[in-house]
Amino acid sequence: MPTTPPGPGESPVGRSTPRVDGPRKVSGLAQYTSDFNFPGMLYAVPVEATIASGRVVKLDLDTAGKMPGVQAILHRENIGKIFRSVLGQGFDGICEERRPPFEDDVIRYYGQYIALAVADTFENAKAAADAVRVGYTREKPNVETDLKAEDEPNRLVSTFGPKERLQSQRGDADAAFANAPVKLDQTYVTPAETHNPIELHATTAIWDGSRLTLYESSQGVFNLRGVLAQMFGLPKENVQVISRFVGSGFGGKLFPWTQCPLAAAAARQLGKPVKLVLSRKMMFQSVGHRARTQQRVRLGATPDGKLVSLHHDYVYHRSMLDDHHEDCGEATAFHYSVPNLRVAFGRARRNVGATADMRGPGAVPGLYATESALNELADQLKIDPIKLRVLNEPKIDESLNLPFSSRHLLECFEIGAEKFGWSRRNPEVGSMKRDDLTLGWGMAGCTWIAARFPAEASLQLRDDGTARVACGTQDIGTGTYTILAQLASEKTGITLDKIEVALGDTSLPEGPLSGGSMVTGSLVPAVFAAADNAIKSLLTVATTTPGSPFEKRKFDDLAFERGRVFVKADDPARGVPFAHLLQLANLRLVTGNGKSDGSFGDPNAKFSTHSFGCHFVEITWQPEIARLRVSRVVTAIDAGRILNPLAGRNQIEGAVVMGIGMALFEHTSYDRETGAPINSSLADYVMAVNADAPPIDVHFLDYPDKEINQLGARGIGEIGLAGVAAAVTAAVHHATGIRVRELPVKIEDLLT
Amino acid sequence: MKTFEFIRAADLKGAIEGAARAKTAQQGADVRFVAGGTTLIDLMKLNVETPAHVIDINRLPLDKVETTPDGGLRIGATVRNSDLAHHPIVKQDYAVLSEALLSGASTQLRNMATTAGNLLQRTRCMYFRETAMPCNKRKPGSGCPAIAGSNRMLAILGASEHCIATNPSDMCVAMAALEATIHVQGPKGSRAIPIAGFHLLPGDTPQRETVLEPGDLITHVTLPAPISGSRQVYLKLRDRASYEFALASAAVVIKIAGGNVINARIALGGVGTKPWRSPAAEAVLLSQPATPANFRKAAEAALRDAKAQSENGFKIELAKRCLAHALQMAAKG
Ligand SMILES: Cc1cc2nc3c(=O)[nH]c(=O)nc-3n(C[C@H](O)[C@H](O)[C@H](O)COP(=O)(O)OP(=O)(O)OC[C@H]3O[C@@H](n4cnc5c(N)ncnc54)[C@H](O)[C@@H]3O)c2cc1C
Ligand code: SF4
Repeated sequence: MPTTPPGPGESPVGRSTPRVDGPRKVSGLAQYTSDFNFPGMLYAVPVEATIASGRVVKLDLDTAGKMPGVQAILHRENIGKIFRSVLGQGFDGICEERRPPFEDDVIRYYGQYIALAVADTFENAKAAADAVRVGYTREKPNVETDLKAEDEPNRLVSTFGPKERLQSQRGDADAAFANAPVKLDQTYVTPAETHNPIELHATTAIWDGSRLTLYESSQGVFNLRGVLAQMFGLPKENVQVISRFVGSGFGGKLFPWTQCPLAAAAARQLGKPVKLVLSRKMMFQSVGHRARTQQRVRLGATPDGKLVSLHHDYVYHRSMLDDHHEDCGEATAFHYSVPNLRVAFGRARRNVGATADMRGPGAVPGLYATESALNELADQLKIDPIKLRVLNEPKIDESLNLPFSSRHLLECFEIGAEKFGWSRRNPEVGSMKRDDLTLGWGMAGCTWIAARFPAEASLQLRDDGTARVACGTQDIGTGTYTILAQLASEKTGITLDKIEVALGDTSLPEGPLSGGSMVTGSLVPAVFAAADNAIKSLLTVATTTPGSPFEKRKFDDLAFERGRVFVKADDPARGVPFAHLLQLANLRLVTGNGKSDGSFGDPNAKFSTHSFGCHFVEITWQPEIARLRVSRVVTAIDAGRILNPLAGRNQIEGAVVMGIGMALFEHTSYDRETGAPINSSLADYVMAVNADAPPIDVHFLDYPDKEINQLGARGIGEIGLAGVAAAVTAAVHHATGIRVRELPVKIEDLLT
Repeated sequence: MKTFEFIRAADLKGAIEGAARAKTAQQGADVRFVAGGTTLIDLMKLNVETPAHVIDINRLPLDKVETTPDGGLRIGATVRNSDLAHHPIVKQDYAVLSEALLSGASTQLRNMATTAGNLLQRTRCMYFRETAMPCNKRKPGSGCPAIAGSNRMLAILGASEHCIATNPSDMCVAMAALEATIHVQGPKGSRAIPIAGFHLLPGDTPQRETVLEPGDLITHVTLPAPISGSRQVYLKLRDRASYEFALASAAVVIKIAGGNVINARIALGGVGTKPWRSPAAEAVLLSQPATPANFRKAAEAALRDAKAQSENGFKIELAKRCLAHALQMAAKG
């Protein structure tokens, strides 16, 4: 892969391309949601419940209402009508906590909003919110960490449509396990984790008659528009959502949360723009978290390591209000070759805020469990964990009976092992040393969905030689601005500095959610089609404009390359710049629109489409002081063609660091007595910091997957996180002899 | 956050008089000095501190580091933690202090945080910081939910049935081992308080954390002359590699001659309700050979009275390993 920037006339696709929005970000010109201010704007601060279960019996607003600058204290009786949105509407109406704020007086989780103080300044609003006195009847909250599946039928309702608890089944897993010569039966636990993007959730709502404009830090402006239109009983076209820059979301900003209708309802009532920015503490309460999971994995195998059965039974927690599905079994049924398999799940309600997608939802906790089980089986059989995986590598997707579009996992293992030096591994626990440190080496595989969401885009060629590409998707910090510019450049030959990118606005062509690592893959066909149509329009102009050098030519004789129109038979370099032709025709621009269809969830798919990869992790262990650190990571990723290696590496590295955090630090603790997420600050919720980020060596295989799009590009936003925790815990075992099956690995687990 | 009056003190006298109006200099003070603000402003945003008057002392002439006639060091109250940590004399003669400071917080915080502010930083007990919860330290008599709740970070030494909050400072641990003296000017004149007598155990008044009275302004801290030939180490153990408070830490200043320990000053952090000097550990070491076995014995002695809470029993062993290892590092030089 070229790592240098494109030379003149070369396409930037496949080349390391610095972010086109970088200068705006580092100079502060990039406007994030809370940077937008409007004349007369008011500030809203929610009042949070300080119990996790019970009822509000008294709301004393006397003091708060009379405080300086206060415009209103809104609550259940005066907020005005907010409707529910319908469940299961596709990506047009998804909302994890569908109960509109203030709908009843029941408190179901700590931090649930009870009232909203609106004032002329943020400080006044906060002071008023703090002065609201709430009387409760309290019940003991249920935040029990041990999870048992509730009694529920096989077919369940979920945010993403109906789900079967018996998720996947083939052969006779019970019988095969019972008769298997080698067995493994272990339970793995992952804790609740909280998304902690640096940019807090924020909403600014503006009403103009029956039109609602919403500035929101969002990973899905169109879905948000759909939900808000329902909640306020408006036609969709009356709602506009704008999210120009997002200071990351990690899935927490995919779907709307209750602060969003609250800001809109306050703006409706007070007739002024209302801004509402959450506090860090609220980020732990009311805007989603990764569910706690408890996963039992049973493996049956032959003595030489061939899997004969796989059971994956998992339970996750969710709130009293959401129908989120944490699909831990997403990868289980296709990742390994095994004739007898059963994947099934259950769920348990708790007095916690809604659960939600968090980077690599489902598969990340799921693969931690299954990959850990595989590593344990390898140790039990005394065979190399790579060898065990090679032995059980499937030829096809055995759950769907479909071929993989492009699966190069074995090559990932080879490359990763080579770069890491895996062949030098001595499997004996505690046997490897460097200086005064004990080393632990571990590895794990990973996989993530590859598919397309439907997407639309438009592309304009303009008379000043520039282009504009537009799509109402979002850039959540991953590089979507840059990818759109690269794609437009690839098709038009216009250099990146002459391409304007517009995104993050529902007034633009409908673009996908920034989720599932699917944006890039979905955009390719849409932008390419848009470019083709713009070029067609340009060629028509060339053949029909009086005085055009191509006036007498037939449309089909012409071609367009590197910004010039030319006669196919001639030298492209002698072609005419498109700006020239537009000027001649007195046109400011020609536009092309393009569309790509979705492939996500396609029941008639001909291929099983996924990305693959693996991680090799080295940890250092100092038993004298119980100090464990990750010292290096090698990651090999097969995610189709990499369109921007610079941004791609950045995604994988960031994900690996997050994986280290998942393995060793991150967890949200709920106070047993009050149900409060008690470590709700960036100091108390421990995540990996720079000092914890080791050297990370990332290798992309770069095999194009033409099932996904013309360029063969799949997504890379999430796969880098999957598997890391299993590789870390394997390394921990290799160094210490201690098998930790409940994340995060804590010092107390290792102090023996 | 409550609205407050902001006063920029022009001189020491004004600052002291302004603060002397307060009813207490402890939890609930209605007048507070502000230095770096990294503890105070944070707690004001949480409504844990609700002073009506805030006196800014940043312009007072308290920002110097100077040697004293007896060969010691005088550190001004508003010297930033970063400046102190990188001061050449501190790096040379009081390395344990430099290391302790640099192990704390983040660069940005250390650039703001001051000597006096650090001496008075409040506990990180999560219940203390949440006004919706009971807390004997914040609201005397309301109870201590940490005892039955999240107490992994909290104290195993010096706790009472009323409060088990840890003193989270790294700097104070090094200063305890260096036998620092805290100099205060108050309405009744000035006084010098040895660091060992500065912080209070919680007992049944956890809201009282220090011996300071209304109007008391810390002007500077002095360190005695360095013990020539001593070796100093600050070792901090925590989950992640940076930017986290200690689960256990140890400050050691020892002098070894002919294979024997001839001088030892030891303090522990992250485990005590105050910066925890350990005379017991020092006594074990004194005049004994500097061996790993003796270091472990000293560590056992230091933690002899430790009492575990529901989640932090591991800290007893961790603190022992921390101290033994710090001694070993110091002995190796
Ligand atoms: C996220 C975070 C992480 C941190 N991590 C660590 C860590 O790992 N280790 C560590 O040791 N510390 C850590 N700290 C704490 C930090 O060291 C303290 O906040 C800092 O030292 C306080 O100093 P300041 O000057 O900002 O104090 P301020 O906030 O200005 O004042 C604190 C208190 O001291 C009083 N005060 C200040 N000056 C005087 C004076 N001259 N006389 C009398 N009273 C005075 C104030 O009235 C106030 O009550 C962390 C802090 C934060 C926010
Ligand atoms: S340990 Fe102390 S500070 Fe923490 S809740 Fe108990 S009384 Fe309050």
